[in-house]
Amino acid sequence: MKGKINIILTGVGGQGVITAANILGKAALKEKVNVFVSEVHGMAQRGGSVNCSVRLGDVSGPLVSSGTADVILSTEPIEALRYINYSNMNTKIITDINPVVPYTVSVGEEKYPEIEEVFKELSKYGKLFKLDAVKLSKDAGALITKNIVMLGALAATNVLPFSSEKLLETILENVPKKFAAMNRRAFEGGLKAIKND
Amino acid sequence: MMEILEDTPGKQILLLGNEAITRGAIEAGIDVATTYPGTPSSEIADTFSLIARSFTKQKKEPSYYFEYSVNEKVALEVAAAASITGLRALTCMKHVGLNVASDAFMTYLYVGCKGGHVIISADDPTCHSSQNEQDNRYFALFGNAPMLEPSTPNEAKEMTRIGFELSEELRLPVLLRTTTRLNHVRGPIELKYIQKPRVKGHFEKDPMLVTVPAVARIQHPILLKKIEQAEKISEKSKFNKIINVGKPNEWGIVTSGVSYNYVKEIAEDMKLNVKILKLGMTHPIPRKMCEDFIKSCKKIVVVEELEPILENQLKVIAHDIKSDVEFYGKSTGHFSRLYEYNLDIVAEAFSKIFKINNPIIKPKESKIKLPSRPPTLCPGCPHRATYYAVKKAAPKTTIYPTDIGCYTLGKAPPYEVADMLLCMGSNAGTACGFAVATDQKIISFMGDSTFFHSGIPPIIDAVHHNHDVVITVLDNRTTAMTGHQPHPGNDFDGMGRPAKKILVEDVVKGCGVKHIEVVDPNKIKETTEAFKRALEFKGTSVVVSKSPCILLENRDKRKRGEKIYVYEIDQEKCKKCKICISRFSCPSFYYGEDDAIFIDSQQCNGCGNCADICPFEAISPKEAKK
Repeated sequence: MKGKINIILTGVGGQGVITAANILGKAALKEKVNVFVSEVHGMAQRGGSVNCSVRLGDVSGPLVSSGTADVILSTEPIEALRYINYSNMNTKIITDINPVVPYTVSVGEEKYPEIEEVFKELSKYGKLFKLDAVKLSKDAGALITKNIVMLGALAATNVLPFSSEKLLETILENVPKKFAAMNRRAFEGGLKAIKND
Repeated sequence: MMEILEDTPGKQILLLGNEAITRGAIEAGIDVATTYPGTPSSEIADTFSLIARSFTKQKKEPSYYFEYSVNEKVALEVAAAASITGLRALTCMKHVGLNVASDAFMTYLYVGCKGGHVIISADDPTCHSSQNEQDNRYFALFGNAPMLEPSTPNEAKEMTRIGFELSEELRLPVLLRTTTRLNHVRGPIELKYIQKPRVKGHFEKDPMLVTVPAVARIQHPILLKKIEQAEKISEKSKFNKIINVGKPNEWGIVTSGVSYNYVKEIAEDMKLNVKILKLGMTHPIPRKMCEDFIKSCKKIVVVEELEPILENQLKVIAHDIKSDVEFYGKSTGHFSRLYEYNLDIVAEAFSKIFKINNPIIKPKESKIKLPSRPPTLCPGCPHRATYYAVKKAAPKTTIYPTDIGCYTLGKAPPYEVADMLLCMGSNAGTACGFAVATDQKIISFMGDSTFFHSGIPPIIDAVHHNHDVVITVLDNRTTAMTGHQPHPGNDFDGMGRPAKKILVEDVVKGCGVKHIEVVDPNKIKETTEAFKRALEFKGTSVVVSKSPCILLENRDKRKRGEKIYVYEIDQEKCKKCKICISRFSCPSFYYGEDDAIFIDSQQCNGCGNCADICPFEAISPKEAKK
């Protein structure tokens, strides 16, 4: 492929963000597309904020630079907003609609913003796509497939330099065989949710 | 078979920088690999461990020996001896680990090696998971070690593989210096064939291996000769090369490591006309190559993270050849000595230096204030119970020296039991100093892995001088923070083989500690009493707070088919005293409507400590966790 594709994957530790980024990387390599996948997790344990850069094509630097993301794919609404510096007006911002409330909010130290305000704000920075990835993953069989729902949603945007079938193929190669059907349902759930949006 | 072990030359696979280093060593026929775990280096050794354990599980012998050593110094010594017998050895550690290993490192260079030995220092610009961001390239200059600096995972693999050959040619250990943005990046790797390991070495006696002063005086000039020879290799190294962007004119850029990636991409995006001298073998730098590069330029930009090591060396060379080339870099304020670089930083600096528009858009920030997600002790973490008990037992003015591990998170409210931290093992050493200097009570904390690493000598110091301190060993039976690596307190090793388990309390007893308390922190009342007794004792006391890491404990329970019961709050009995949420502060608790308190069953790990601390017996186990 010619040119560059910059994808930011973000969310909360434990939601499978890093796994999703790695699958994207493997799919790219299979299609002979140059790729770098970078994890920024620091001391992030379960519950911390996670962000990954996936850069495809004619790239050298491992991290996406400000204002250059083609897609921000977020498994949590405010995490999309936390990394909004990567967006420009053409950025596709895809987010799950379900908040994961940090404990700083649970214990009353900080506030979680009004969810509708978050969506309104996100749509100021790019083209916003929302989906209920929690419901879609549970419908597919288990919440653990939420990251696969998100990959389905990403495939629906036609940003990737390979087909959604190819991405699904790589996903299925990287999950245990007995969970293949569940992951296929999750992927297709995410794909349809955005295509019909 | 694992993909990383495939002997399929030419095949491309996606590997993490750290995994690529392990693959490079495997391709070179590694015999002995040692480490002490530390982010961002951990996955190098964890990959060796994973492979070895899979062999052990199948009752097969892996092709190499691997160990999680007690600390970095021991790791280096174990591998150095193996190298002296002709085996190929690798030692990996985080940057501050090389401080611990530096005593061995500095003189090992005098002695030299025989089988190739690659030492990996994983530096951490921006201190993503470290207590400082020291630039370990200085260690190469300090000790006269040949040094390689990769830019990409594939280059890391190649440099590791070739590093063994370089080490054997020079008979010097080679320092492979990486940074977080190399260690934690996945990229395509081209596999090369796997060489056969040697497996067994043979030790030839040689008086030159014993660095008494007379020998050291002979070895030092030999080392300097070797470094001269290394410079000749550096001149021809394929890792040092010139890359042209556009139609190069009088501008040159010199760079190394991860910075090269940013330089190349931004130079192309800005359509600059420059030649880039990319240095991969950065000690010794290829002097002649640098001279020629300087002569071919009128202006040179030096781009390197952290310290101006290349920049200063290039200036010396320019001075020696009486060049009037202009340098741009840290000394002109265009680049910082702080934190890691990225595309944005390099673009900003280039736009000023080359006087062209910055193609990167200034980042926008939302005005909506977002709640933070700081790292915190996991729900059910036994350290929380220990800290809760300590706060009940200790007077307000107590000083809490702490150490490196998950338990450092005790710094946060409401515990606030972390008052000073320098390095691995510093808790007990600084505790001794506070005891000498003040009349305040002192309770220090270290983990079990830290205890074995470097926590024992300061305990001996405390006992010998009768310092009045309480030293706590938080014994969760693993090296939790870096990814649950085993240590000498486990009955298995990094290869998955049975190993001799060493008890903290036995060691402490052997050190002469007269007052030892061994407690289960989940029994909070008993633990509180134990700390009270330890505080009353005049002299050195040690509290061993024993309870396994809840993540491992629950994993094992699931394997055994045992149920994990999550807890719930009886809203009728709850008096909203908030002790559970404001004093115990488990992240699985949250406020609902009207300040009612609930437990998130998804997050609860079922430790049950909240039930113990609730004064109204409102908390009890509910259902088994799925």
